[in-house]
Amino acid sequence: MLAGKAGMAEDFFALFDIPRAFAVDTGGLEIRYRDIQSRVHPDKHAHLTEADRRVAMQWATLANEAYQTLKNPLLRARYLLRLVGHETQMENNTAMAPEFLIEQMEWRESVIESREAGDIAGLETLQARLRRQTKAQYATLQADLDEKHDYAAASDMVRQLMFQEKLLHEIDDAIEAIEA
Amino acid sequence: MALLQIAEPGQSTAPHEHRLAVGIDLGTTNSLVATVKSGMSVVLSDDQGRSLLPSVVQYGHDGTHEVGFNAQSRQAEDPKNTIVSVKRFMGRSLADIAHVETMPYDFIETEGMIKLRTAQGVKSPVEVSADILRVLRERAEAALGGTLTGAVVTVPAYFDDAQRQATKDAARLAGLNVLRLLNEPTAAAIAYGLDNSAEGVYAVYDLGGGTFDISILRLSKGIFEVLSTGGDSALGGDDFDQRVFCWIIERAELAPLSPSDARMLLTRAREAKEYLTGHGEAPITARLASGEYVDLQLTTEIFTEITRTLVQKTLAPVRKALRDAGLTVDEIKGVVMVGGATRMPQIQRAVGEFFGQQPLNNLDPDKVVALGAATQANLLAGNRAAGDDWLLLDVIPLSLGIETMGGLVEKIIPRNSTIPVARAQEFTTFRDGQTAMAVHVVQGERELVSDCRSLARFELRGIPPMVAGAARIRVTFQVDADGLLSVTARELTSGHEARVEVKPSYGLSDDEIASMLKAGISHASDDAFRRALREAQVEAQRLIEATRSALREDSALLNEKELADVEAAVARLQTVVIGDDRAAIDSAMAALNKATAELAARRMNQSVKRVLAGRKVEELGS
Repeated sequence: MLAGKAGMAEDFFALFDIPRAFAVDTGGLEIRYRDIQSRVHPDKHAHLTEADRRVAMQWATLANEAYQTLKNPLLRARYLLRLVGHETQMENNTAMAPEFLIEQMEWRESVIESREAGDIAGLETLQARLRRQTKAQYATLQADLDEKHDYAAASDMVRQLMFQEKLLHEIDDAIEAIEA
Repeated sequence: MALLQIAEPGQSTAPHEHRLAVGIDLGTTNSLVATVKSGMSVVLSDDQGRSLLPSVVQYGHDGTHEVGFNAQSRQAEDPKNTIVSVKRFMGRSLADIAHVETMPYDFIETEGMIKLRTAQGVKSPVEVSADILRVLRERAEAALGGTLTGAVVTVPAYFDDAQRQATKDAARLAGLNVLRLLNEPTAAAIAYGLDNSAEGVYAVYDLGGGTFDISILRLSKGIFEVLSTGGDSALGGDDFDQRVFCWIIERAELAPLSPSDARMLLTRAREAKEYLTGHGEAPITARLASGEYVDLQLTTEIFTEITRTLVQKTLAPVRKALRDAGLTVDEIKGVVMVGGATRMPQIQRAVGEFFGQQPLNNLDPDKVVALGAATQANLLAGNRAAGDDWLLLDVIPLSLGIETMGGLVEKIIPRNSTIPVARAQEFTTFRDGQTAMAVHVVQGERELVSDCRSLARFELRGIPPMVAGAARIRVTFQVDADGLLSVTARELTSGHEARVEVKPSYGLSDDEIASMLKAGISHASDDAFRRALREAQVEAQRLIEATRSALREDSALLNEKELADVEAAVARLQTVVIGDDRAAIDSAMAALNKATAELAARRMNQSVKRVLAGRKVEELGS
């Protein structure tokens, strides 16, 4: 959606004028996002012409999309891979390591059991364990992307992380369902 | 370190012109209008010094209608034509509304939004709300001595698209230029935050007459960032009245009530609830038309007991909002209480216990929303003063999605996304030669379409016949800064672009609005037409001014031809603006807006580049 818009930046990294890399200074990113929003947000242009208001909405929408993409490590990794022409192709590529899939099934069973037992503490323990594991995987991902430039390995890791983020989400939902 | 002084786009307009702008809190029980006077946000009162306007409209048999206190005083004698709490009906169908059986109205179940049969014909909730808003507009224009540039109208944060659209339609119908729909808790946060120079994460607990909102906001360096929001758009102080009302009927062993007795007892119930805020016991006495006599004592203990589940019902969305924000209670710096219903001691206690801290009550819970809205209106109208460079980043409360195979929902934009936001999704055909595709837009968190709110259905036609899976249809959801959705769909593979733009089905179409406006004008023999022309002229003048000011600063951004085009469009508008041809003014304005599109885009680019360059230099210097 960036191309064609008069002068809008090449990509999300260029938009915020930060280096194109997985490692991001999130504090600096946030400051730049705020700088841009404080210029482009529709509230700053509400009293101006219709043309100005339309451009403001487009820009603010773009800034939000860019910020959300770069702020979230998984989205950022997928976006980076797309920029280097290495689509993660979630839909077509289901070849995952068997041991990973078995582990995922075990996780999922534990979540279902805890959910049925109404065991919030159990779910929170699972959540903490999964978060620790995920954190280590993100460190590997960063090395693959920024140092080794091993995009095939990075794609595999992204696919694994997509499973795990989904699982973390399901644990949230389970806790919510029990509390409700 | 101070560096380049960069003029912001908004600061280039004539500095002396003060534009009249107001904030309106269109509440379930009461409505208010506020404005900024000499840098201070103030609520505007009626000629008797009353700031609250009861959100009640009575449609008389003689063709006149009353709004506010006069209408309220007639509700027992004419319950069927006296509409209270109309906000509960906005963007709602009959099936959505609780306690229909106890309401005295003559409802008409129609496609989409419910309607009411009154002594003055069928009224939609939008029209009833517009009657309330019109009184507030007139109050403000009398107090400020001129036509309003625009208004910020508040809505519950948890209002869905249908309810927001209905509110905006009502404001347009009342002759208001809506600068922004603003979420009520966010408005309260502005009033509170600016008043206290607050920094940190705050929760706003807003229990109004008919709606409940919880918003979690981070206030930092002049930015109000909503992290998450939640609530229940059908839970409020009214429900506490209802519980007391049921308790009265049960205790007094009353026979089925007439509509006017029911209305009177509901009023007694509300009075008893309010009395309990300052007392341990409230007497409830009433003589009914049936001859029955009610004489009861409602104690705080009983009241707390019969409303316990309602109080608990507010805490579930609070937990969810905290979880969505990724925060725990101990990270909340303060809890701002908003809405008259938060005066109830059991609410104060429950919220205090939940957050482990005393809630903040230092602003009047009835007025804080209108005051915040006025501050925002002042800013949006362009009356910017030094120190007014704060910014609001709000979110949508409910996920938006579309129906997929098997009646399941595919979420396109998740709840709590910062607005404005756009998201595109591509779809394909599933049959060979398929030339049309139905798109059903829904809002909500549940997995099944039937559990979500249906916002719009449309059919995309003219897809060129291809084998199954070959067509590529891109559906784009755009949510603007008002939290309102528009959907466009395009077929990408063919050169021929099928394009539709959808406004959700609960909202009124522009034609319907136009015919309502016309009906309003033919009724009132006043100068509505002249008013509309005058407004168009003012708007056109403003557009000419803004364009000239942009050209003064940045004409270098255009080439000769582009510049000539803009100047020609300005000249054309100038010649028609002095006349009385409204259509000609509108079309010349549209042409000028089109001619300046490129200039607007380039100016914005330049502004963004400058702010980032300034940031870079600042970082190097630090």
